[in-house]
Amino acid sequence: MWMSVEVNGHIYEREVTEHWTLLRFLREDLELTGTKDGCSAGECGACTVMLNGQAVNACMVLAAEVDGATVETIEAEAANGELSEIQAAFARNYGVQCGYCTAGMVMSVRELLRHNPKPTVAEIKEGIEGNLCRCTGYQQIIEAVLDVSGQVTNETKGGLKYV
Amino acid sequence: MSESNTLSVATHVGDDVQRVDDTAKLTGGAMYASDLVFAGMLHAQVKKSPHARAKIVAINTSKAENLPGVHAVLTGKELDYRIGLYVVDKDILAKGAVRHFGEAVAAVAAESLDIASRAVDLIDVEYEVLPPVLSQLDALDESSPLVHPDLGSYDYVKASFSPQPGTNIPNITKIRKGDIDAGFAEAKWIIEREYTNPSVQHVPLETHVAIVEWKAADEVTIWSSAQSPFTLRDLFCRAFKLPYNKVRVIIPHVGGAFGGKAGIHLEPLLACLSRKAGGRPVKFQATREEEFSLLPCRSALTYRIKTGVGADGRITAQKLLMYWDAGAYADYAVNVTRASAYSAAGPYDIPNAWVDAYTIYTNKPWGTAYRGFGHVEFFWGLERHMELVAQVIGMDPLEFRKKNLLKPGSTTLTGERINEHTGNPLKCLEAAAKAINYGRLTPEEEERQARTGRRIGKGIATLHKAPAMPSFTTTAAVIKMNSDGSVVVNIALTEIGQGTATVVTQMAADRLRFPVSRVKVAVERDTDKDPFDWQTVASKGLLLTGNAVIAACDDLLRQAYSDAAQVLRAQTADLDHDAERIFVKQRPEESVTFAALSIGYVYPNGNGIGGPLIGLGRYTAQGLTSLDKETGQGLPALDWTYGAHGVIAEVDPDTGEYKVIKIASAFDVGKVINPGTMRGQCIGGMIQGLGTAECESYIYDDQGRLLNPSLTDNKILTAKDLPEEIECIAVETPQLDGPFGARGVGEHPMISVAPALANAIHDATGAELTHMPVRFEDVWRAIHNKQPIDTWVTKAPADS
Repeated sequence: MWMSVEVNGHIYEREVTEHWTLLRFLREDLELTGTKDGCSAGECGACTVMLNGQAVNACMVLAAEVDGATVETIEAEAANGELSEIQAAFARNYGVQCGYCTAGMVMSVRELLRHNPKPTVAEIKEGIEGNLCRCTGYQQIIEAVLDVSGQVTNETKGGLKYV
Repeated sequence: MSESNTLSVATHVGDDVQRVDDTAKLTGGAMYASDLVFAGMLHAQVKKSPHARAKIVAINTSKAENLPGVHAVLTGKELDYRIGLYVVDKDILAKGAVRHFGEAVAAVAAESLDIASRAVDLIDVEYEVLPPVLSQLDALDESSPLVHPDLGSYDYVKASFSPQPGTNIPNITKIRKGDIDAGFAEAKWIIEREYTNPSVQHVPLETHVAIVEWKAADEVTIWSSAQSPFTLRDLFCRAFKLPYNKVRVIIPHVGGAFGGKAGIHLEPLLACLSRKAGGRPVKFQATREEEFSLLPCRSALTYRIKTGVGADGRITAQKLLMYWDAGAYADYAVNVTRASAYSAAGPYDIPNAWVDAYTIYTNKPWGTAYRGFGHVEFFWGLERHMELVAQVIGMDPLEFRKKNLLKPGSTTLTGERINEHTGNPLKCLEAAAKAINYGRLTPEEEERQARTGRRIGKGIATLHKAPAMPSFTTTAAVIKMNSDGSVVVNIALTEIGQGTATVVTQMAADRLRFPVSRVKVAVERDTDKDPFDWQTVASKGLLLTGNAVIAACDDLLRQAYSDAAQVLRAQTADLDHDAERIFVKQRPEESVTFAALSIGYVYPNGNGIGGPLIGLGRYTAQGLTSLDKETGQGLPALDWTYGAHGVIAEVDPDTGEYKVIKIASAFDVGKVINPGTMRGQCIGGMIQGLGTAECESYIYDDQGRLLNPSLTDNKILTAKDLPEEIECIAVETPQLDGPFGARGVGEHPMISVAPALANAIHDATGAELTHMPVRFEDVWRAIHNKQPIDTWVTKAPADS
């Protein structure tokens, strides 16, 4: 079907295959490969993008459904070559290892902070629960969210201890 | 320029330097193999066996071949190649028989994924289904069908492995130390028990992916998510009998690996499809479901431990029997068996020991390397056993462990003498115990217990591991100076998330006395351009590559000093340097910049001298030997990293539900290169370890069909499953031959998490857990169906 969609501020008009997902459309048609495919089944969250301002698993949305919609992906998160505050907090707090979950994780954090600018640790865990990460054990990502929301205290500040 | 590797002036080493790869990964700009697309690229799909064991009677591919858009269809019949790491036992596609559920029997390359999928559906395979061999203990029975009747004809690495033709055993590793019978005769108590682990899946977020093109004149290029480009090239060239300079392996960013991407996987199949399709590049990325059974898992283990203990609580003898379930192919399982055998007693001083470790074929997806390389599995049994033995002899589990720990002067199972520089397991154990207030409940914990009605327990466990690698493992680094005085480092150690690029940047910067901003570690690995490295596995990268990088920096500086000596009319002994320039010590104003020397120095009159500054560093594991095949004696370990975990768990004694309140873990890393990346590695491993401890497991039906190949049915931990508190502790006993004194810690955080958890649950409830994973229902069962402890004590003092 023929459709028009705004992605990262650009209007794209495309013929889309009916059974293609938004994830496949973004990665293969628009060549926006920052959004990753970890399971194609809505289980891992690696493909999380913003659809009309709300975080969704792009593998669970058909491309045809986004006709007329606005989509934002990780490629639009940094502006003018500068990391966003969320991205910078991930970097400062070692919230990135292999990087495959990172795009989706950043999107979910953005969604969380949009609703809740100062989330508790429990709320952060809830907010990123749908994003699997096999490398970090989540802790430094949680610390990054505390950091970007201005909540780092001696108690929440993570660090290596030495004996 | 003459400092030892340990004593280099450190200004970045030890600091929280931000990861050098994070911006690319945070902005979506980092390219992974799954992101790559090439002109003319075809997509592959694989026809997989629905049976665990069957004869292939016929395969009809004619409908698939006639489907428009299909460029190549392959079955095993036309592929006369065999691959294998240590035992060469695997066909590229099943030939005549299938040996596990999910095994590849045919493959297609087509213009789109959709066409390739349709073509695979059009392939008809006729099977004669046979009863599968599913238990590795059954597979040892003489009446068991043979998974590989031709085992006796396979090539294998003779220095390290011992296949037993006519059986299901591709390897036995034996260790003999002291006099086992005398040791047991000396014992007051003898305690014997069996512990088991299931197979689990690595679950990297990026599934296996590769693109291969095999062009005219055998020019092969492979882009892959593999961990180890040179080993991949080696195995590929051996299978196809190709010269090594015909095959190029390129590894872009890798989305997690954990051992599952070591060795060789899809690349030979894609290569054959490409060749048949006229040299077009062929891409395949495993689905999450395929990741569970088309690709390998971690081997299951049954571990029987028999321990003799003297009246003073010292272990007098230990008989350790390991039964590793290799699955259908030997792959890494034979080497997991070997590495586990020589580590089998843990960081304890065992005077008399006997290890028989068997690798056993079954009709299940095959086991490969997985973070810890056998140690996660056998430490489950070992550290549960230590707990249960302590209980039997009436000694506190921490005291029992401390009494038996390795210390300077102790010898390992293979006869290696431990000294004060090997590392300090006692300090790790005490740090972990202290961090959880081991042995008592704090007033807050007492109050919490009273409030919730749940029982709080505390458990500890130790661990050790050395890199499992060939005795002659070697690596190299090249460092090239640009004309502005910045440098690029080329290594073949892949960045799979562990932070290699960052710590190598720090070490190179310090050795050169440059700021980190002047050092770049190239992202992509390329066997045509990078210097050799054996593999990115075994927690060996920091030590070997670190030493090679230091040597490369020194080589570059030597060249720069030599050229500067000429420019400055001095001897190299007269010179010193800072970040910008080389100068005469006595008159620092007489100097020349690195930038001016970088690609050859030019005199004012136009004369040129010197040339591009390019440093080469090599490092080879020092002094290691093969192990004697009958006694296991020798030196297999480059370095031992010791560690310990402490866990506080809260258990509902009525339901078996539990929660981890705290995990605290300590590792003797020699020297922390980067506290932030080390803590990230540690916490990541601890949580991966908790996942396999709490819930992860392959589940089969009685026909050997895998029932849970998805993240819905094979859960890994989410952020909500984290302990309330996570503490990570560094111990620094310098490794004298480590770079800046450091040793590896990539795998260790995952090892022994499971027994620490089970020991805490045991402490809270008395549940005698012997099987992994520890699900709530397993705790409930262990609490309610507990067998009396004396059924597994075979010898005890008369008065006990």
